[in-house]
Amino acid sequence: MEAAPGGAIQTDAPLIDAELAGRLRGGDEKAFAELLDGWSQAMLRVARGYVSSDQTAEDVVQETWLAVIRGIDRFEGRSSLRTWVYRILVNIAKAHRARDSRTVPWPALAEDDTAPTVDRGRFQSADEPYPGHWRRFPMVWPSPETDVVAHEVRDTIEAAVAELPQRQRLVLTLRDMHGYSAVEVCEILEVSPQNQRVLLHRARAAVRARLEEYFGRPSTGGGEAR
Amino acid sequence: MNCDEFVELVTAYLEGALDEATQQRFAAHLSECDGCERYLDQIRQTVQTLATLPPHSLGGQARDRLLEAFREFHR
Repeated sequence: MEAAPGGAIQTDAPLIDAELAGRLRGGDEKAFAELLDGWSQAMLRVARGYVSSDQTAEDVVQETWLAVIRGIDRFEGRSSLRTWVYRILVNIAKAHRARDSRTVPWPALAEDDTAPTVDRGRFQSADEPYPGHWRRFPMVWPSPETDVVAHEVRDTIEAAVAELPQRQRLVLTLRDMHGYSAVEVCEILEVSPQNQRVLLHRARAAVRARLEEYFGRPSTGGGEAR
Repeated sequence: MNCDEFVELVTAYLEGALDEATQQRFAAHLSECDGCERYLDQIRQTVQTLATLPPHSLGGQARDRLLEAFREFHR
């Protein structure tokens, strides 16, 4: 089920967590290196959702690992080890953001969780023959045949993700990019299952819309300059 | 079910979080609406592509420093 890219270590089972924590406490460098390599990628992306530069995100992740090294004795197994590490990460990231925001104003992130995720203009209105139905079906997407297109598609998605409201971005990053479970994401971000789903849906819909826009542009895939 | 309702339920559907009655209405609509079938596919495709984005990685130096810090702490 859990197919987190690069995440060889499964920590669903408390038993494994307890063992892992024990190995970290005991100074098992191999265990630490495995965690470091398995989790840092997703942690960097999550940190980047809070702070304004890649460098600061890297600082946040480093500080987190340092805190884990020093504080592993305080891990009591009440959450998964991974969730515990993320809680530390999120706190450190927030502290950095607070410092950031003294110089760089943090954009006011209005997250309207109730607005439609697909433009209402795409559907027929009450005075048309089929109210609430597509006016015109979504266009068929070409399959990304060439490396150039596949690359552009990924760039488009990266840009779309970067522009998402923070909580949507965090949920999407953990769920869809790194394969974390809904339960774990709820724990890490301290949101309800319902809320998690809404955030995920809004994020996916926004990214899909950007892809649609990309595919709908004239001469898509021609690799022309933007 | 109308298309404008369908598009808002796609993630709940994929998560298996719809109640029985809504699930049935969703499936019924899906079986008769090519536009919504396409929409659902495109969300799936979006999710699949998200999983293939190149990772952000911790720099080699940072990694080395952390391993060193771990060693140091347990010395």
